[in-house]
Amino acid sequence: MTAPASAPNSPTTTDKDPYLRVNDLRVQFPTEDGVVKAVDGVSFSVERGKTLGIVGESGSGKSVTSLTIMGLHNTKRARISGEILVGGRNVVGMTEEQTRRLRGRDMAMIFQDPLSALHPYYKVGAQIAEAYKVHHPNASKAEAKKRAVDMLGRVGIPQPARRADSYPHEFSGGMRQRAMIAMALVNDPDLLIADEPTTALDVTVQAQILDLLEDLQREFNSAIIMITHDLGVVAQVADEVLVMYGGRAVEFGTVEQVMRRPQHPYTWGLLASVPSLHGDSDADLVPIKGNPPSLINLPTGCAFHPRCRYAGRNGDRSFTEVPELHQVLERGHLVACHLSEADRTKFYAEDIAPSAGVAQ
Amino acid sequence: MVRFITRRVLVGVATIIAISIIVFGLFFAVPSSPAKVMCGKNCDPASIAAVETRLGLREPIVEQYTSFMKGVFVGRTYAPGTAFERQCDAPCLGYSFRNDEPVTAILKRTVPVTISIVVGAAILWLLIGVSLGMISALRRGTLFDKIAIGISLTGASMQVFFFGLILLYGLVYATGWLDFPSYTPFTENPLKWAQGLILPWVTLGFLNSAIYARLSRAQMLETLSEDYVRTARAKGLPLGRVYTKHALRAAITPIVTIAGLDIGASLGGTFITETIFGLRGLGKETVEAVNFLNLPIVVATVLLAAVFIVVANLIVDLLYAVIDPRVRLS
Repeated sequence: MTAPASAPNSPTTTDKDPYLRVNDLRVQFPTEDGVVKAVDGVSFSVERGKTLGIVGESGSGKSVTSLTIMGLHNTKRARISGEILVGGRNVVGMTEEQTRRLRGRDMAMIFQDPLSALHPYYKVGAQIAEAYKVHHPNASKAEAKKRAVDMLGRVGIPQPARRADSYPHEFSGGMRQRAMIAMALVNDPDLLIADEPTTALDVTVQAQILDLLEDLQREFNSAIIMITHDLGVVAQVADEVLVMYGGRAVEFGTVEQVMRRPQHPYTWGLLASVPSLHGDSDADLVPIKGNPPSLINLPTGCAFHPRCRYAGRNGDRSFTEVPELHQVLERGHLVACHLSEADRTKFYAEDIAPSAGVAQ
Repeated sequence: MVRFITRRVLVGVATIIAISIIVFGLFFAVPSSPAKVMCGKNCDPASIAAVETRLGLREPIVEQYTSFMKGVFVGRTYAPGTAFERQCDAPCLGYSFRNDEPVTAILKRTVPVTISIVVGAAILWLLIGVSLGMISALRRGTLFDKIAIGISLTGASMQVFFFGLILLYGLVYATGWLDFPSYTPFTENPLKWAQGLILPWVTLGFLNSAIYARLSRAQMLETLSEDYVRTARAKGLPLGRVYTKHALRAAITPIVTIAGLDIGASLGGTFITETIFGLRGLGKETVEAVNFLNLPIVVATVLLAAVFIVVANLIVDLLYAVIDPRVRLS
């Protein structure tokens, strides 16, 4: 890292290259009970101005992936391999100081619960100014403060100059998340990772926050990773969707492909467990039976097979062989499933499409 | 903020008044006659009556209590209109039943000793204990952490009279490296003051550091796993700033509370330490007074201890409000 703090854009990439490219990322935590394989060979990329939704249950590896990109894992305790290219620079293997310089400036993060993510003892404006000042060491205190007030205004906080002197507990939940977003965007990052940004908010505020993120993305042209378990959020904001299960990617495609023509039984399960306004109002929601797998002892073969209605339709491959992502139906739509194309089409048409929990 | 302070002060005053009533009442519930104790073995009823008149013990309890409180604030006259009449100026806490010394003079002599012991020890235990705990939290699992935990476990499970005596034996009797502790007023000779108190400081300081190290370590570890610490890192702050500005301030809050209360309580007397090292402080004075049923001294020392704790509580509350803005609201 030799680029000066005031010039965040690296000259090594152009706008056409994906700003973030993750190749075969593996993250493991050795524990006394065994090695936790939190992320096991995940690859994806996000371009500037695009949004990737990462969907999955708790423990599917989505949050670990994002924290790894940010370099927020303790490198002594986590074993990380693979490649994470942020604007052409590989974050894996960087020193703490090197990732620190990228954090908050080239890549920023919004967390789930803004009340606990903001420091309770410092004024909101001061916390945002601090984020600015750390990457603009030559900026004066007044400049940083002005920038913070500016950002608060841009994320839609009324009377930003006055509100900057408030403490987080004096803000409402939605306001706090706006402040959090202001903090994340204060250095015009090229990559924004939002980890369940609306989960802790009232439903009425959720849509506002998502709209705000979309508006700001147009303005800042940043790449966004939206981590969520809420398929409604994905349908609203994502361009592409990555479905994760047990630390692996099980389905990938455009939001249209994954939400309208899902191909993986796990994705079917996710969609069937969400109420739909357009489907049959009497149709029961169908939860996915069982629990997410232990990441220490993943089921053999396809990790989803103990919960999958269709396991074992293709010899015993489901139980012995880990399915790889392969293309189905259309270009760019990838699925890791042993079902044959014909079976999958049949099951989808017979079991899934009629109940149409598919997001509209 | 003003309302907050006023309320806390009023509560403190009420507490002290309640304690004074309880202490006063308790001692009169005890079936004993201080006059008899003072008078000696072969005492005729006339001289007991004379002593009781002189000390104002013949008045009803309630009146005794009110004259005592009056004495504290405006002064009082003992046994007015008799041959024993004497004037006691405010703040009048009465006279020792044992040798007729004014209680205020006794306090003037003993309180500085206890304050000196506690202040020195507190500086030691806060500096050593808190920094040891914080550093081992940041280096969790390393050799430093393990050694620090080991030492603090040893310290936390030891008693003052045991550790103090070991120090006394090792550093005074066996080797003669240090003189036996003694008290020299700070204003007279600061160096001798420190020299004479080094052993009680180390004893009390080390044992409390152990507790504070464990406490600080636990607090810091808890704070380090807070979301806002992760946010601070996500902003790109250097680790040093994350730890000092974001984690430390939050981790220190409960320690401030406990330290304030500990110091307040210790100021009321460190009896064991004072006894081991032969220092005539408030603690030793109080225990002796209890043994002699020396009511004026007991009431005064217990009240003083209560004042220390109430004031410490008040300071802690104010500090809390300064540190944590969320407290200012309620």
